[in-house]
Amino acid sequence: MNIVDCIIIGGGPAGMEAANRLTDQGFQVLLFEKEPELGGKLRQWDKLFPDFTLAQDILKMLNDNIASNKLEIKTGNTIRELRQSTDEGNSKEWEVIDGNGESHRARTVLITTGFDFFDATRKEEYGYGIYPNVITSVELEEQLKNGKIEIASNSKNDPNIAFIQCVGSRDEKVGNHYCSRNCCICAVKQAIEVKELLPQSEVTCYYMDLRMFGQSYEELYRKAQQEFRVNFIRGRVSEISPTLENRVILKAEDTLLSRPIRATVDLVVLMVGMEPSETTAQLSKSLNMSDPYGYIASKNSYTADNETQHKGLFVAGTAKRQLAIPDVIRDADAAAFTIAKHLKNGK
Amino acid sequence: MNQNFHPFVIPFMLGVIFLVIVMIVRLVRWFRMMDKRQRVAVSRNIISFKTLKAIWETIRESLFHRNIFKTNFVLGYMHFCFAFGWLMLIVMGKVEEIFASGKIFTEPWLGIFFKYFEPIGEHYPLQGFFAFVMDLLLLFVLSGLILAFIKRSRSTILGLRKTTNHSPIDRTALTALWLIFPLRLFSESITASYKGNGGFLTQTIGNWLSVLPVETIELPAWWAYSIALCVFFALMPFTRYMHIFTEVLLIFLRKWKVVESAEKTGYTFIELYSCSRCGICIDTCQINSAANINNTQAVYFIRDVREEQLQDEIADNCLMCNRCTNACPVGIEQTQIRRIYRRKKGFDSEKLYDYIKPEAPKDAQAKVLYFAGCMSHLTPGIITAMKQILDNAKIDYHFLDEDKSICCGRPLKQQGFLEQANALMRKNSELINNAGGTVLVTSCPICYNSFAKDYNLSIPVMHHSQYIEQLLNEGKLKVSKKKELRIAYHDPCEISRGHNIYESPRNIITKVGELIPAGNEKDDSLCCGGSLANTIINPEQLTAIRNQTLDTLCINHPDILATSCPLCKKSFQRGGNTIKVMDIAELIALD
Repeated sequence: MNIVDCIIIGGGPAGMEAANRLTDQGFQVLLFEKEPELGGKLRQWDKLFPDFTLAQDILKMLNDNIASNKLEIKTGNTIRELRQSTDEGNSKEWEVIDGNGESHRARTVLITTGFDFFDATRKEEYGYGIYPNVITSVELEEQLKNGKIEIASNSKNDPNIAFIQCVGSRDEKVGNHYCSRNCCICAVKQAIEVKELLPQSEVTCYYMDLRMFGQSYEELYRKAQQEFRVNFIRGRVSEISPTLENRVILKAEDTLLSRPIRATVDLVVLMVGMEPSETTAQLSKSLNMSDPYGYIASKNSYTADNETQHKGLFVAGTAKRQLAIPDVIRDADAAAFTIAKHLKNGK
Repeated sequence: MNQNFHPFVIPFMLGVIFLVIVMIVRLVRWFRMMDKRQRVAVSRNIISFKTLKAIWETIRESLFHRNIFKTNFVLGYMHFCFAFGWLMLIVMGKVEEIFASGKIFTEPWLGIFFKYFEPIGEHYPLQGFFAFVMDLLLLFVLSGLILAFIKRSRSTILGLRKTTNHSPIDRTALTALWLIFPLRLFSESITASYKGNGGFLTQTIGNWLSVLPVETIELPAWWAYSIALCVFFALMPFTRYMHIFTEVLLIFLRKWKVVESAEKTGYTFIELYSCSRCGICIDTCQINSAANINNTQAVYFIRDVREEQLQDEIADNCLMCNRCTNACPVGIEQTQIRRIYRRKKGFDSEKLYDYIKPEAPKDAQAKVLYFAGCMSHLTPGIITAMKQILDNAKIDYHFLDEDKSICCGRPLKQQGFLEQANALMRKNSELINNAGGTVLVTSCPICYNSFAKDYNLSIPVMHHSQYIEQLLNEGKLKVSKKKELRIAYHDPCEISRGHNIYESPRNIITKVGELIPAGNEKDDSLCCGGSLANTIINPEQLTAIRNQTLDTLCINHPDILATSCPLCKKSFQRGGNTIKVMDIAELIALD
């Protein structure tokens, strides 16, 4: 049986980038993707923060590299099992059982199974799935891609649009204590885009803290306030209820003014957080390398962040924690470097 | 010297006298501490049929332990051996002595130490019979003792996963109690070995023991028996064994319609001292079984109150789900007692809702008032379904808390903020009474419990499960066709154990789909992990409780998990969608 150098599970940006970097160096790579197409969640996005780069441009670069490289890709294939090879004397090898029940062997495996969006129905108080004018940031991005924002209410006035931060992040009630890191800046980006499409609309963003840590994030946040007149209110929304005109009323507390507030709005955008994808959670559990939330814990987040506690098994991207596209691509590069070193030393 | 006396009876008598004095002092104190309402209840009911009922219940519960037998047969037998066996030993001892002496009033210790004082060679009626019966009773008690010993060392054999962890004084009293009966057996056997007055058990053992120097051992043995009795009686008022007397008193007071009040009263102490620390509450408590916290259950809470070392952390760490009250063989209302001991000062709630003015609503003629409750506002699916149901049934209703609302007060009350809760309840009553209407329907069991028990409203209150059932029965609401759905039902604590509403939601479910059995149903239902009454436990521990509950609810793999409480729905949903959770109102609205 053919034993490849590296099997990569997950064909999102991390998996694609690592596959390219490894084949560049002459390693034989097999890439699995459960969807019919490569690209992962990047395919659902229109523009990227903080500089409005088109997601499809990044995707095209990754795809072009894939096309020019010689590597085997299996799309539409959800793997069933990942395990250390049971053959005696070959315990260093890894075995992947794919969706068709076929076995594939590799000297190393890279997990790039990524994240999933938080299921907003778990926060029923926001009325997602109950009121038509409550949508998620993912659905808004889809609308932005089409260049048209759908407002379900019958109101004839200029629309009021509210963004709600931290839906499924920093929320101990749903069991996610962590910050998803991308939603703050993503809401700023989307708010600006909404204002560009609907200049007459009133856009308000309800937040707990705004975490503008990345390069150019703070500048974009300032621009949203000064140039686009986006309102930012510190306060978590407690509940949303319907009105007769198909609008919704949201109740919150302005925690800077210590005052309860109510706002009638036409569209609510829930900034859904990140959670480990099903496959990520499955693999982290079955191989006993899960962090408290089901992400894959790396061996050492300072010095061995692409390694796991299992020899020959590597991890990159949002299967580990919440990262943005640039971080993911850099992390995939680092993973490819680490894997190459492992493969060379192993010979 | 009197042949009916020997100095070894002195310890026993001292113990008994001490016990009697302490008991009288306590009784007087407790009765003086009762509030007026409770005293009136006693004086009104003491000479009535209720007293006879209380006597019957005392026999049933305190002697035969029917309740413990129902919960756990072996445990019931064990308690039955001690209570019934020991009482019969005392009673039969007295009767035997009366037969022997021919006098009714004799020295009080004679019956207890009869074998020692029994004159040699004298014959009296039924002598052989008594020797046999007394030995049989002793054997009976000893069989209970063996079980008690096994329970202490290996509780699982008796079906208890965890048994109570006792304090040193309880353990000393326990040791004394355990010693009493083997010592009695030993002493009587020794005496029988030369007197020949034993029965089938003591005589047999006595004959074996006759190889020993019985004359030298005899007195020390009787001394030891008397001292064991003395230690036990002297410690009794300060240990769990106090329940032997207090429980009887509690049965009578309860039959006389005395109830817990909002404040600490003499009745509270009688309840506290009725706890036998049997530990049945430990196994029923999910804080133990799921969250692995073992110092906060009713038995420990009550012990800490009695020993005046209660910490807030213990008082506050309770889900107030009432599972333990339900399982308690004595029926101690631990939830109410906990509420009394949770009394907190804190903030002033009087002005909190000043912005809501009680005013007649626009549609003041509406017959039905609908109060969703704050938790339903956090689960808008339920409100949407209820509106749809009320519209479909063409009900003229007024949505009382659609926009602004005042909390029903129960969460504050449960957490020990009674004054604050009372302020809210006053305001809310005003609001409800002002709104007109002939019936108040609420979607929230917490509000329902509060409105029905704590408010004094002029109109009847219904939980939406009862109301929807009524609409279905009246034909105002129609369900077109049963669906191919397998539905399990979770009983929310506030309307199940709180109000015995078990059938209404189930009747609704059977109209929509197939009701399938789940684990821990009805009054045995578990906690959704959303308890508003516990301010100590952390989210991870609540999650453990919720998962334990979900596991037992889903043993038969239902398609839908139904409940009739917005808080339960919310708690079950939080962890991710392993199972679809729906309120019964949403099930009906599915149609």
